[in-house]
Order: sequence, then C-alpha cells, then structure tokens
Amino acid sequence: MATPDVALGAPSAPLPGAGLADVSKQRIFVASQWQLMWWRFRKHKVAVASALVVIGFYLVVVGADFLAYADPNASEAQRSLMPPQRVHLLDGWRFSPYVYAVKGARDLQSFKRVYRPDPSEKVPVRFFAKGFEYRFLGLIPTTRHLIGVDGGRDASKTIFLLGTDVQGRDLWSRLMYGTRISLTIGLVGVTMSLVLGVVLGGLSGFYGGVADTLIQRIIEILRSIPTIPLWMGLAAALPREWSILQVYFAITIIISLLAWTELARVVRGRFLSLREEDFVVSARLVGCSQMRIIFVHMVPSFMSHIIAATTLALPAMIVSETALSFLGLGLRPPAMSWGVLLQQAQNVQTVAISPWLMLPAVPVIVVVMAFNFLGDGLRDAADPYGR
Amino acid sequence: MLAYIGRRALLAIFTVWAISVLSFAIIQLPPGDYVTSYIAQMASMGSVVTDEEAQNLRILYGLGQPIYVQYLKWMRLIAQGNFGMSMEWRRPVTEVIGERFWLTVVVSVASLFLTWVLALPIGIYSAVRQYSVGDYVGTFVGFIGLAVPNFLLALVLLYLGFTLFNAHIGGLFSPELQDAPWSMARVWDLLKHLPIPALILGLAGTAQQIRIMRANLLDELRKPYVVTARSKGLTEIDLILKYPVRLALNPFASTIGYTLPYIVSGSIIVSLVLGLPTVGPLLLKALIAQDMFLAGTIVLLLGVMTVIGTLVSDILLVWVDPRIRIEET
Repeated sequence: MATPDVALGAPSAPLPGAGLADVSKQRIFVASQWQLMWWRFRKHKVAVASALVVIGFYLVVVGADFLAYADPNASEAQRSLMPPQRVHLLDGWRFSPYVYAVKGARDLQSFKRVYRPDPSEKVPVRFFAKGFEYRFLGLIPTTRHLIGVDGGRDASKTIFLLGTDVQGRDLWSRLMYGTRISLTIGLVGVTMSLVLGVVLGGLSGFYGGVADTLIQRIIEILRSIPTIPLWMGLAAALPREWSILQVYFAITIIISLLAWTELARVVRGRFLSLREEDFVVSARLVGCSQMRIIFVHMVPSFMSHIIAATTLALPAMIVSETALSFLGLGLRPPAMSWGVLLQQAQNVQTVAISPWLMLPAVPVIVVVMAFNFLGDGLRDAADPYGR
Repeated sequence: MLAYIGRRALLAIFTVWAISVLSFAIIQLPPGDYVTSYIAQMASMGSVVTDEEAQNLRILYGLGQPIYVQYLKWMRLIAQGNFGMSMEWRRPVTEVIGERFWLTVVVSVASLFLTWVLALPIGIYSAVRQYSVGDYVGTFVGFIGLAVPNFLLALVLLYLGFTLFNAHIGGLFSPELQDAPWSMARVWDLLKHLPIPALILGLAGTAQQIRIMRANLLDELRKPYVVTARSKGLTEIDLILKYPVRLALNPFASTIGYTLPYIVSGSIIVSLVLGLPTVGPLLLKALIAQDMFLAGTIVLLLGVMTVIGTLVSDILLVWVDPRIRIEET
C-alpha cells in the first residue's frame, strides 16, 4: 500500500496537533477501499455537483408522467407552435403563480398563427392538479400532476412552459417522456457494451497470447471505422413495421456493438496489471479455481475502474441515439426521445421562427457534461492509493 | 521501421476487408434482392426490363448463389471500378457520388488540419501559463467542445448566424457558384466557406488534443533537463519549442488515428445540418430510399478513406518519433 496522504481522508480540516493527525491516519489504515474512494470523490466538487445533476435526471426518468402536465401525444391544431408562456410567480406580493390566457389568431398576411397573451385574464397555476390519467411508477393509477391549470379543453387557458410543436403538443411534457427514453437507452446500451467489454477484455487480459492478439486487432479495426455511417446503414435496415419496443432494443444493440471497445481496453489493462500481483499469485498457488480467482479476487479490485469507464461511456451512447433519431433513422415517432424531438429543429427556417424547438438540445448538453465530469471524478477516485 | 510500417499496412488491409464485409452486409440487409427491386423501380417509372436483361444482371451479381460468391463477385466488380447502379438516380453510383466524395475528403482534411493548428498553440500556452486566465478559458471552451455534440453545435451556429447576421452559414459554395465548373473563383469560394464546417467538426477533437498537449507538456516541463537548459541561459521560447514540445508532440501525433474516424463520422451528420454537398446527405437519402448500392458504396469509400488517413498518420508518427524506429528494428 502506498503511503497514506493525511489530507486525503481527514474528515474535517486537519487541526494542528499530533494526536488528531494520528487519529485520521488510523482512519485511513482501517478504511475500506470504497470508503477511501468516497473520501477522495467528495473532494472533487464539480464531480459531486454532476452526480446530483445525474440523479436529478434519473428522478425525471422515474417520475416523467408526474412532472408532465399534458398528454404528450395530444395534438391540437389550435395550439400549433405556441411560444413558451411566461409564468408569473407573484400576484401582487402573494406567492400565487399564474399565466396569462393566450389568444391565438391566424395572421392574414403570413397565414401563420400568432399568439398574444391577454393580461386581463389570469389563469392560476395549481400544484398537484388533475390531468390525464397514468400509473405512477407503473403501479398506482392516478391523475395528479405536479402542476396544471384548470382549463379543460379551452384553447386559451393553457400552460406551455416550453411552448408547443407543429402539431400543438406540449414540448415540456414531451421532453419529460423523451428524457425517460433517451436516458434508459443509454443505460441498456452501456450494460450490453459492458458485458461484451468485460468478457472480451477479460479474455484478452487474463489469457493473453493468441486470444489477446486477436481481440486487440479486432478492437483496432473497429476503432478505425467511422461509426455513424455504419450505424446509419444498420439502423436503416430495421423493418418499418417493427414496434417501438423492438426498434428501441435494436438501436441499443446496434450502438453497443461498436461501443464496447473502450470498456474492453480498460478491463484488459486492469487484468494485465493485476495478473502478477502477490494476492493473485498466492490465490493461484493455494489452488483456487480460475473462476474464483477472477470473480472473487480480481474483479472486486477493479470494480471501481469499470464503474468509472462505464460512466464515461454513457454520454457517447446518449449522443449516438440522439444523432440517429435526429436523422430519422433511430427511434421514430410516436416514440419520444431527445433526438426525435430535435427532428423538428432540423430546418433553420422553422427554428428561426420558433427557436424553442431547439430546447431539447439543452438536456442533451447538460447530461453529457454531467456524465463527463462525474466519470472524471470517479476515475480519479477509483485509484485511492494513487498520487 | 519497415517492419512497423509493414504491420500497420497489413492491419489496414484487414480493416479494409472488414469494412467491405460490413458494407456488403448493409447492401444485403433489406429484404428482397437487387434485381427484383430494380425491376420494380423501373416498372414504376414506366419502363420495362426484359427477362434477358434481368437474367444478365442476376448472373453479374451472382444472385441465387451462396452469399460468399455474391460477395466475391461484388468485390470483383468494385476492383474493376463498377460500383453498381444507383436505383434512385438511375445512374452509375460513381457518377452520383463523383465530386461529393472529394468534397468530403476536403472537409475532413481541413478540419483535421484546423484541429492541429488550433490545439498546438493553445495546448502549449495552457501548459506554460498554467492556471492563467487564458488556461481557464481554454479548458472551459475545451469542455464545451467535448460535451456539445457537433450537429447540435452546427444547429446553434446556424440559428445564430440566421437571426443575428441574417446570413446563411451553411453550404460550401455561394449559390451562384453552386453548379459552376471548377475555376479559381470556385476554389476561392470553397476556401471561404470551409472554416465554419471545419471548426464545428474539429472542435471536439481540438478540445481533446488541447488536453493531451497540456498534460504532456506539463509533465515534460517538470523534468530536470528543462531546468538545465534554462540555467544555461536559453531564451524561454527557444527552450520550450526545441525540447519539451517536441517530446510532448509524440502522443499527440498518435491520436490522429482516432481523431480521423471521428471527424469523418461527424461530417456525415454535420453536413446534413449545414447542407454541405458532401456524401453525408446522399447517404441518408440513399438509406431512406433503400438505394443500397449507393449506400454501401458510400460506407465503403468513407471507411477506406479513413483507413488510408490513419495509415498516413502512422507513417508520420514513425517519422516524428525516433523511439518507434529504434524499437521496431
């Protein structure tokens, strides 16, 4: 074990005095690997903040239908391309959020629908309002949503936090559901890549020899092929009549087929460095089976590295799905993902008139950044004895 | 050194083979064979394919024979420069792709070039002036570049250009020179339009290279030989450029192999957003229309282009880094 760094594990600011330093030193000696990692991770403030952002996004995945307030598939020609409505939080000095009622009319010169807020009519925003029916967590049937307005189908009494799309569907609610798909597709895909990466990387690193050479060459070949054209080709071959679920899994498989190389590289590297460690050699000498050596002795000691590498692989997955769906080759409507939502923003003329259609790009960027910082922090923390 | 280049070349050949198999798979994936869809396509256009013609096509592509025979026949046709017919355009694939392929090469090489030109000085600056304002700005821009997918960046820039300057920043040529024959004016026009797509495509790579360059150079700067050189009175600029930068450059060069596939990949989708006349939009259209010979050929050509680029960078690396030359001989 490397010499412990006193500042590393100190729970509070190290105070002068030998006695206290000794206590914290002892804490380091007896701390488990995961505890050391946690102490180290905690010092990386940006990574901790990113972890919170990521958790927040996954809470949206769980509670998408609760956070949405309009049926994401309900289209309404009367509400086509409505800009985001401003929510006024204070009515006078009292906290009572409201929006102005919106009047829509067709501009007789440009034939576009124009919307004007009507300041004379305030529509109160209610919390835990009734809306469309859904099952919370997939179990409890309910109609309560975080926010909502009493307006029924009255086209003027609405709330559109992020505006509406061409078909008059609420962008906020669609974004909530899109988050669900985009973020889970990343998880499913990364799990598949992980399985491929760990098996192939493990084979390569543990056995070496011909298997190693072969797998390394395959990885090199895969890494030198431009991925997007290949993905496009494979995705375009999916039968048009497949259901959303089938396409969802097919896309995940296509993406993970080419994305496991980095994970395999990490796993192989760890296997190579651990193979000759004393504890592995002694395990081999006392006659442990190979399975036991791998899964009981080796895997736990580089688990943290795998987690870090997985976190760094996730954003690439999410971006790939977004890119494919954006091109119209990935998920297709009525499925909702960030890429599908961004399809509407392909045309610059449309975007210039209704810039809010570009808003689904914001969560993509935020999530990718958060995962990158989180992965960086985890990677540093994964080696608590380093430095 | 020769052994090293030989091994890289062998790997490149294997890669090309793998790409050709994948491209062939893409051609084969949609249901139905090529000749049947060709006949259907012709029929919908109002022309008729005679039985004899259809039979000749079947023999040419080895339809009905085992899949590997079909693959070999396809490869032989490609070796003769016959990439098949594009169904949608009803012209040979080579004719349809034509200039677009070379424009793809130009855009990719330009953005690779830009990546280097930007990353080298910024990386050196960030390392030499560590924790300065410039370093932080560089790091921040770098993180943005890594996090924002390039097609979204293209979209945002397009939107800003449209609303703020009322200018259309897409395309590679001005409208009046779009279909003009090549001339000095057209080349100049291309050069004027090139920086924006090249920058968008290269930003992620640039960000990565800046980080690599900064980290490598920081390691080198702490070494004793730098102190020695400084104590002997070398000027700071000579000192940095002559020794540590040259050493830090090596890992920098070796990453081209990974940057190029990334750029080519990105160029497809960025071209679509920016409306560049590269093979990107053509590939998407071909895939949607299931014009498989066109799509397969584009995938093949892009792959081969990447492999050649990577091979060139490998050879460059041997030339830059004497350690590889010595190790391998």
